[in-house]
Amino acid sequence: MEALKQELKEKIIAALNLEHISVEEFDDNETLFGDGIGLDSIDALELIVLLDKDYGIKLTDPKEGKTIFQSVETMANYISANRTK
Amino acid sequence: MNKRVAITGMGIISSIGNSVEENFQSLINGKTGISTIENLETIHKEVIMVGEIKLTNQQLAKQLNLSEDNNFSRTTLLGAIAVREALENANVKDINDCRSGFISATSVGGMDLNEKYFYEYYNDESLHKYINSHDAGDSSHQIADYIGLKGMVTTVSTACSSAANAIMLGCRLIQSGQLDRVIVGGTDALAKFTINGFKTLMILSDTYNTPFDNDRKGLNLGEAAAFLVLESDEIVQKNNKKVLAYVSGFGNANDAFHQTASSENGEGAFLAMQKAFKLADLKPEDINYINAHGTATPNNDLSEGRAILRIFNNKVPDFSSTKAFTGHTLAAAAAIEAVYSVLALQHNLVFPNMNFKKPMEEFNLIPQTILKEKNINHVLSNSFGFGGNCSTVIFSKSE
Amino acid sequence: MKKSFINGVGCISVQKTVDAAFLAEVELTTKESVVFAKQPSYVEVISPSFIRRMAKGVKMGIFTSTQALKEANLAMPDAIITGTGLGCLEDSEKFLKAILDNNEQFLTPTSFIQSTHNTVAGQIALGLQCKGYNFTYVNGAVSLETALLDAKLQIETEEAHSVLVGGIDETAQHNIDVQRMAGNIKKQEDLPCSILEPTTKGMILGEGASFFVLEEQQKESSYATLDAISIQNSLELNEVEQYVKTFLNNNKISLNDIDLVVLGNNGDVEFDVYFNQVSHFFNQTPQAYFKHLSGEFYTASGFGLWMALNILKEQTVPACVKMNSIEREMYQTVLLYNQYRGKDHSLTLLKKC
Repeated sequence: MEALKQELKEKIIAALNLEHISVEEFDDNETLFGDGIGLDSIDALELIVLLDKDYGIKLTDPKEGKTIFQSVETMANYISANRTK
Repeated sequence: MNKRVAITGMGIISSIGNSVEENFQSLINGKTGISTIENLETIHKEVIMVGEIKLTNQQLAKQLNLSEDNNFSRTTLLGAIAVREALENANVKDINDCRSGFISATSVGGMDLNEKYFYEYYNDESLHKYINSHDAGDSSHQIADYIGLKGMVTTVSTACSSAANAIMLGCRLIQSGQLDRVIVGGTDALAKFTINGFKTLMILSDTYNTPFDNDRKGLNLGEAAAFLVLESDEIVQKNNKKVLAYVSGFGNANDAFHQTASSENGEGAFLAMQKAFKLADLKPEDINYINAHGTATPNNDLSEGRAILRIFNNKVPDFSSTKAFTGHTLAAAAAIEAVYSVLALQHNLVFPNMNFKKPMEEFNLIPQTILKEKNINHVLSNSFGFGGNCSTVIFSKSE
Repeated sequence: MKKSFINGVGCISVQKTVDAAFLAEVELTTKESVVFAKQPSYVEVISPSFIRRMAKGVKMGIFTSTQALKEANLAMPDAIITGTGLGCLEDSEKFLKAILDNNEQFLTPTSFIQSTHNTVAGQIALGLQCKGYNFTYVNGAVSLETALLDAKLQIETEEAHSVLVGGIDETAQHNIDVQRMAGNIKKQEDLPCSILEPTTKGMILGEGASFFVLEEQQKESSYATLDAISIQNSLELNEVEQYVKTFLNNNKISLNDIDLVVLGNNGDVEFDVYFNQVSHFFNQTPQAYFKHLSGEFYTASGFGLWMALNILKEQTVPACVKMNSIEREMYQTVLLYNQYRGKDHSLTLLKKC
């Protein structure tokens, strides 16, 4: 799980060009949207593609992302339970 | 500046018809243009529906009597067909007999060529003739050359409100006395670029789009071109021109909320409609029909609905979105809906908002779902685009 | 009728045009066939959470518009109008390549959104929270001129008291490749070349952004008034002189009233003949050129306008842009003429205020 979280942080930073954030200061439980990291709905769409491409998880409704993308912790939990690759 | 501007001609090609008359027949007979894709290669063929014009580029080029070695993109071909009809309709024999301008609108321009030959250009020199047709402005140059117009030519690109903005600039150039005649409108062909772009935003429906319905699943993309001929009062009087309708007001505002989505309360849309009323010197109760933007995305219809309720103070006149007929034709949308607005004025008809079943849970707004005959003096047409771009145009009867 | 004062400018170009004295140090662009804009440090102007998704064009646009607003001491314009020939090309190409390379799968929205032509105007509005009129024109070499014409109209008719106007174009690899194939860009073997005495076809491709604040009110920062603009789709070579004469007549000025003519020569032997017509017509008038400094692109005329405004303010024509040795004691009225490949002709008239 720790490895997955580490990997996710790297992928999120790369996919969303979060050059101002380092993996070290990226907390597992930090809120990704709104006040925390400050992601928005466009980022949510990017993350949906990331789930599909790297873990074989297809979301059809962007609203599903709301609970999954709360934090790196929730994302990692969802991925390990649902990944197909 | 509050002088209304005369519309003396119009032309259109869309998935519901290749002329104004064909479009009118489809509108009154409830005949949709939404179908599966035939002319374009895409892996999404089976999962999306579109408003596609069932003519190939070769067939379109033939209608225009273009030579075999032409380098027109599909966007240009569609535009030229609509412009030609508009000029015939306005009975313009010599385009340069007064200060004439051409203001087009497009979002993709020659993207169909660019995406088709992107890599082939490197290996096949015979394709190089298409290279200069990529950019948006070139489609306007080609259409202007096709009709022999030498004067002012320009192009608007503000995503899905583009053609409304072309109409606005045209009116302002006539009102300020800079031009005597201007052909305004928009043209956009279907392209893999836009299909995939809207797919990434997850706002494409996998079935027929259902504007203002509670269970709406998103939009169908479409392709179309439509143009209006606007002429100054002096030219209308001098040539004893028949006026089809007038543009009596317009407004553009920015939602300044999000790069692609509309704000919850539709602030930009509200401001655009407010400006249009002010310029037209009309009140909301003067409007007999609203041709809504109504793309059938969850976001647009909610935002637009709230803006309409607010500006009309909850007393909303008959309204419908014609996107269930044509799909969302992007930069051409406001132009084809301008043609439909003029048809509504000419025939005293409210065109139906097809595929509507269940009112949205957020408010009590029910569009006109069947063709309705009634006296129509003023039509308000909305068009909104990415970048928070919100536009409204008001069309009024010619008497 | 209200006048349009140009009260603030901002320019990013191949030259040092940010935080530098006006054309104090220039580098000719005539050695390479493609030249790139000097990118300033954006971090002071754009926050990192916003900059991460921005295309080069958006960054250049936000930076130069911020400069222009600051100089004009204007917090919020009534309208924002931009011109761009090709929009944010890099992102357009990125998205298109992704479509083709991945067979339409696993695509993400960011580059698609940035590829929309009006993204610069939209993002400036978003940043400023400006809810006013917001337009973008995309018509080759008159993209910026249409934006200026619209802005002037907005002020004349009192629809707006202040308008932020700008032109933005960026280079991108696929476009460079195909423009070479089409013969639009000069061949490497033809370089270095003379812009004023061209012997070969094609241009040197550049990029950049320039923004201007137009206001009905004269300020201490005012450079000039924008007195007139004309746009013409096409002209035969022998119609150019009449086009200029009609423009002068319509604006009730004579040939001698023009103190400086700024021409858009780009060193293309095939089409610079248009500029020769105007140059010949104004053979008793000081003349200047600029594309040897900016490179050619659809909104390169923004660099020309920026230069003309600075000349009016400083009352001197830098030696590096002079086309002839004629001088005037005072530079009051400037006429700019531009066209690209015989299309999109424009005339812009500025007056010192």
